Order: sequence, then C-alpha cells, then structure tokens
Amino acid sequence: MLYSFIGYYSLIFGLFISLPIFFFSIKNFKTDAVLDPKIITFSFIQLFLVIISFLGLVFSFVYSDFSNETVFNNSHTTKPLFYKISGTWGNHEGSLLLWLVVLTLFIFLFLIKSKGLLKKYRILTLLFQQIIIIGFFIFLIKSSNPFNYIFPIPNEGLGLNPILQDPALAIHPPILYLGYVGSSIIFSSVLAATTLDYITKEWAIHIKSWILISWVFLTLGILLGSIWAYYELGWGGFWFWDPVENVSLMPWLALTTLLHSIIILEKKSILSSWVIILSIATFTLSMCGTFLVRSGILNSVHTFANDPERGLFILIFLFILIFISLFIFFIYHKTDNKVSNSFFLLSKETSILVNNWFMMYFLSVILIGTVYPIFLEVISSQKISVGPPFYHKLIIPFLIPFLIFMAIGPQLKWIKGGLEGKLNLLIFFIISLLISFFIVKNFKDNFLINTILIGSAFYLFSITIRDFLLKKLKNIHQNVAHFGFSLLILSILLNNIFSSELITNLKVGERFKNDKFEIVFNDLKKFEQKNYVSFKGNFLIIHNQKKDELKPELRVYNQPNIVTSEADIKTNLFSDKFITMNTVKNEEYFNIRYQVKPFMIWIWVSVLLISLGGILSLNKKKYEK
Amino acid sequence: MYGRKVKLRFFFIVAIILSVILSVFLVLKSLEENVVYFKSPSDIKSLGKFGNEKIRIGGMVKQDSIKIKSNQVNFIITDLKSEINVTYSGVVPNLFSEGKGVVAEGYLKDKIFFEATKILAKHDENYMPPEVKAALENK
Repeated sequence: MLYSFIGYYSLIFGLFISLPIFFFSIKNFKTDAVLDPKIITFSFIQLFLVIISFLGLVFSFVYSDFSNETVFNNSHTTKPLFYKISGTWGNHEGSLLLWLVVLTLFIFLFLIKSKGLLKKYRILTLLFQQIIIIGFFIFLIKSSNPFNYIFPIPNEGLGLNPILQDPALAIHPPILYLGYVGSSIIFSSVLAATTLDYITKEWAIHIKSWILISWVFLTLGILLGSIWAYYELGWGGFWFWDPVENVSLMPWLALTTLLHSIIILEKKSILSSWVIILSIATFTLSMCGTFLVRSGILNSVHTFANDPERGLFILIFLFILIFISLFIFFIYHKTDNKVSNSFFLLSKETSILVNNWFMMYFLSVILIGTVYPIFLEVISSQKISVGPPFYHKLIIPFLIPFLIFMAIGPQLKWIKGGLEGKLNLLIFFIISLLISFFIVKNFKDNFLINTILIGSAFYLFSITIRDFLLKKLKNIHQNVAHFGFSLLILSILLNNIFSSELITNLKVGERFKNDKFEIVFNDLKKFEQKNYVSFKGNFLIIHNQKKDELKPELRVYNQPNIVTSEADIKTNLFSDKFITMNTVKNEEYFNIRYQVKPFMIWIWVSVLLISLGGILSLNKKKYEK
Repeated sequence: MYGRKVKLRFFFIVAIILSVILSVFLVLKSLEENVVYFKSPSDIKSLGKFGNEKIRIGGMVKQDSIKIKSNQVNFIITDLKSEINVTYSGVVPNLFSEGKGVVAEGYLKDKIFFEATKILAKHDENYMPPEVKAALENK
C-alpha cells in the first residue's frame, strides 16, 4: 500500500522534473556560460525519483502487497524471494518502469561523462533524451501504470508464470534493456551532433564508448535469453528464428554495423551520413522490439497475453521520433565534402564497408521475415508464418564471403592496401578448406556448401589465432571478438551437422532401443517443494557401451497451476547430453526426448568472447588516454 | 584521374543496384517457398485441393481426444465446427492439454487426417494464439 503510493507519486513528480530541466537547458543553451549545474542536479533528482518509484514496486513485490494490481497479477506469497524481486520486471508494467530507470540513468551518466565536450551538444542531447523520457513517463502513467490499486484487496496473487522463474531469465530483461536503452543515448547524441554539425573525430571517440557499452549488454542479453530457451523450453535448440528473438537480433546487427562504421569515422572522418542513419535505425529497431513484443501483434512462441492498445501508443510515439530524426537529418546534415571521399578497392575501410552491407542484408532478411506475415495479414487476412528454412537459405550462403572479409580486412591497411606479400593468407585458406573437407567427409547432405562454409569459418578462426600469436596485444579487442565470431559459427555448424536425438513415449520401467542409443526409464520420485511438486525421473542411457544417468524433472506449480519440465543436461567440452520428459494427459506414458548436441558449450563461450572483445575495446581507450 | 574516379563510382553504383535487385529476387523467391500457411479445421474442410506443402493448423484440443501410445500421440483439433485428426510423434509442449489452444505444424494426409511434425509451445497458460482466437470467434 505505502510502497505503491510512494512509487506512484515519485513517478508523477519525476515527470514534472522534466519542466525545470527544459527551462534551465533552453535558458543555458542561449548563453555562453558553462553548463548550468542546476541541469545536472535536476537530472539527478529525476533519476532519484524514478529509482524510488522502481524500488516502490520492488518492495510491493517483496512484501506481496496484493492491493497493487501488478503484484496481484504476477506474484504469490509462496514464491521464493529472488523471484519475487525478479517478478518486478517480468511483466509489462514493471519492465517499462525499468526502461525508464535505465533511460534516466544513462542520460545522467552521459552528462557527467561528457564534461570535455561542446556545451551546446550536451544540452541538446539532454533535450532529445528528455523527449524520449517524457514519452515513456506518459506511457507508463496513462496506459501501463504499475501502481494500479485494487479493492477489495485479494488474499493471494495469481503467481508468476513458472517458466519465468529461472535465474537466467531473471537477469535477462535488465541486461537486454541496458543494451536497448543504451541505443537511446546514441540516438539523442547523434541528433544533437547533426543539428550542431559536430560530427567530428572527438565526437566519434566519445560516442564509441556508448556504442560499445550498449553493444556488450545487448550481446549478453541475447546470450542469456538463448541459454534460457535452450534448457527451459525443452526443445534443445537455442535459436528458433522466432519473431521475438529476431527483434533483439535486428538492433544487434544495426549496432554491430554502427560500431564498425564509427571506427572508420574516427580514423578517417568519412561516412557520417551512414553513421547517422545507423544510429537512428538502431534505436528505432530497439523501440520496435519493445512494441512488437508487447503489442501482441506477433504470433510468437514467446508471446505473453497482452494488450494491443499499448502497442498503438508505442507505435505513434515511434513515428513521432522517426519523423523528428529524419527531419533533422535532411535539414541539418551536411555531407562530409571536406575530406576526399574516394575508396580504393583493397583497404581496411572497403572491407569494413562491404561487411556493413552484408550485415544490412542480413538485417533486411530478418526484417522481412518478421514483418511480412503481419503485412500479409493486414492486406489479405491470410495467416502465415515464416520458418527457419527461409532465414537459413538467405543468410547462410552469404556468411562465406562475410567470414572471408572478416579474416582479410584486418590484415589490410587503411586508405590503400595491397595483397602483395600476403600469399600466406591464401595458403591458410586452402588448408582450412582441406580440414573442413575431412570434417564433413562422411556427411552427405549439402556437402559442398558445408565444406566451404566450415572452411571459411575455420579460416577466420586460424587467422585470428595467428594474429594473436604474431601481434600479441595489438588490436587484441578486435581479434578476440572476431575469434569469438568464428568459434560461434563453427560450433553452430558442427552442432547442427552432428546432433542426434531420440524421441519416444515410455512408462516407468520400460526401455527403448534404436540404432544408436538404448534408454531405460528406471524410476520416478516425488518431492514436495515450497511452491511446486517435483517429479524426478531417473533414466539410464547406453550409448557406445557408455552409461549415463540423467534425471529430468517435471514441476507442477501450485500458483498458477502449470506443469513445466526441467531438462537435465550433462555438459562436457565436446558435447551436451540433454533429456526432457513431459506428461500427456496424466497418463502412464511419459514423452521423452533425448539429444546429444556437440559443442554446445562453445556456442555460449564464443558469445562471451565476442562481448569480451567489446569490453577490451572499452578499456583500451582508458589507458591510451 | 577524374575519369578514373567517375568510372569507379559508376562501377560502384551499378554493383549496388545489381546486388539490390539480386537480393530482392532471392528474398521474394525464398519467401514464396518457405512460408507456412495457417488454417483452421473449417478452412481445410472447404479446401478444394491440397498439395504437399507444410501448413499449420490451429484450434482447440478436443476433450477426451488425446491418446498416447509408445511411439505417437493422437488427438483431435477442433474449431467447434469441424474437426481434424492429428497424429504426432515428438515432444509435446508443457501447456498442451485438452480444452486448450494448440497449433500443430505438419502435412495433410487427407481432409480429416493430419500428420504433425511440430506442436508449438506457448509460455502463458492464458494465451490463445491469435489465429485460434480468430478461428474460435468466427465459428
């Protein structure tokens, strides 16, 4: 009661703080004086109020205050404390409040961290960010108020969807949002810099760290979601080309492209229009992500029941922002004619640019695959879905040149480089192809494409290792990230080719044998837990004379009354053994799925390496300064 | 030098246009091949002919229709107007149960018989796929 009350009113006060921020900013903008400290103070007050409001919601969850509608809908007294807290952002209202926290936090950090830069630029960035912040305030208060009051006060809440009661998913939204919302700072800053014609080297260096921060968080956020899907959804896959996954991959691609273009801008002061467009695109895609996930328009396996009206608000807000940004881009932006604009065929910037276009191509493929079904339904009311083959067919072949450019690009010089004396690059490539030939030799389908693809990934893999040995710490951040990417592609490909599975229905005591595995259902035990009843199966798997014991679990949650299955996974360096069981209609038969998935752990490790590259790049700048 | 620069730019523009045309063509072609249409049992009943392509069927799992055997699960999808028999050998999602919404992906054998290759999971027990909702509302 009290906490909701505090939370609600700090939210309202927080919105009103925008008034003095606007007032002092505009007043300060016109004078020549330094940045008015009042602006920073008010930004801090706003951040403080939003955090108080967020804590208000957290405490309402912790104390199970069911007079709050959000708590009532998403919590339950028997839920463990950790999930009571994570329940705060496991729902629409709370997650938007978290967006707002991150929005205000980032602009405050921005103001503190940008001291050496042009005052007008700082103020203008603040103002653009304030427009976004006000939009979210209004959205929260008007249509998704997390502090709605219900009377009479219910005795018990409805509980959190058990599938979300999971450590990886508890921290997934905050991490992902740091990435999403980080792009708002890039967006505001680019608009401010364009308006003031301030797109310079100095600016590029400064904004690069913001890009890196959002990029690292976005990468980690996607990784967490993926790991969760792998062990919780029980399909044994980690990426399904589901619309909700796609909307997180699209900003990631745009942000990765932006990260590479900003390097060119920093080194050579070219491509400024491209950087502006990418920054706008990244933020737009992040907003679209929120819109599509929350509006219920998408038919996704991850869709939660929700309200289309909210989607409409986000959509209108999004259009206003796009309109403002395009307006600024066309009116204020001056193309960079100062520097010569010529590109030579073989240079670092050309290879970066080529891969920029490839990434844009991947992005458009994903965008079309995600949006086309919505579009078709609106114009012809045909309902369709676009499956993984669509994406695989259009993306996988183009990964080959993409990987090769990733390997060769860093070997080239800026401006104009040649391949003279680079014969060893070719030799490396031939060796990689040979190795991959021996790996996929016994595999019949798509032999040629698999060989070349694994060969290219292996090429990047070996080139990055060579660079690491030769150049040691020079460009280590880029090398680590590229190495991670090659490892990612390699593990995904090998995982795909060499996975095997067994699906069957068994009763307790039964066994099943196919040409590869033998599986024995030994017994089933029941355990009572705090908020669920657990049934643990005991399975013996015999494969090549080796025996494994796996214990998948079924959980019957009390509130809401849902059954979830918890996979049991045995991981080692070379493969994962993965088993899930499920009941069907409470009959004696259990639905069993056993999978052997090679190199699973390397998929996660490689993504960690990719983000490590980003973190290294962030720190490199610190000691160079 | 000027001539060379212009030539290079011309080459660049042509290359971009060609690649855009190529990718648009690829995307459209692949969309055509890989789109999965969604049908309700009634749609299938009124279907004149059917091909071999993969489709999705959505509706409700009929009460008392789930039968499980050692190698497959059989059930009936209904939109309260027409019904279709589904056979499936694979993993069923947690929220698969009688009286709840379901989406099955697979191939039609004939008008009342469907072989599913995938049953789609949803995270939310109150969630009804939009297609199912529409199919149920249109009854």
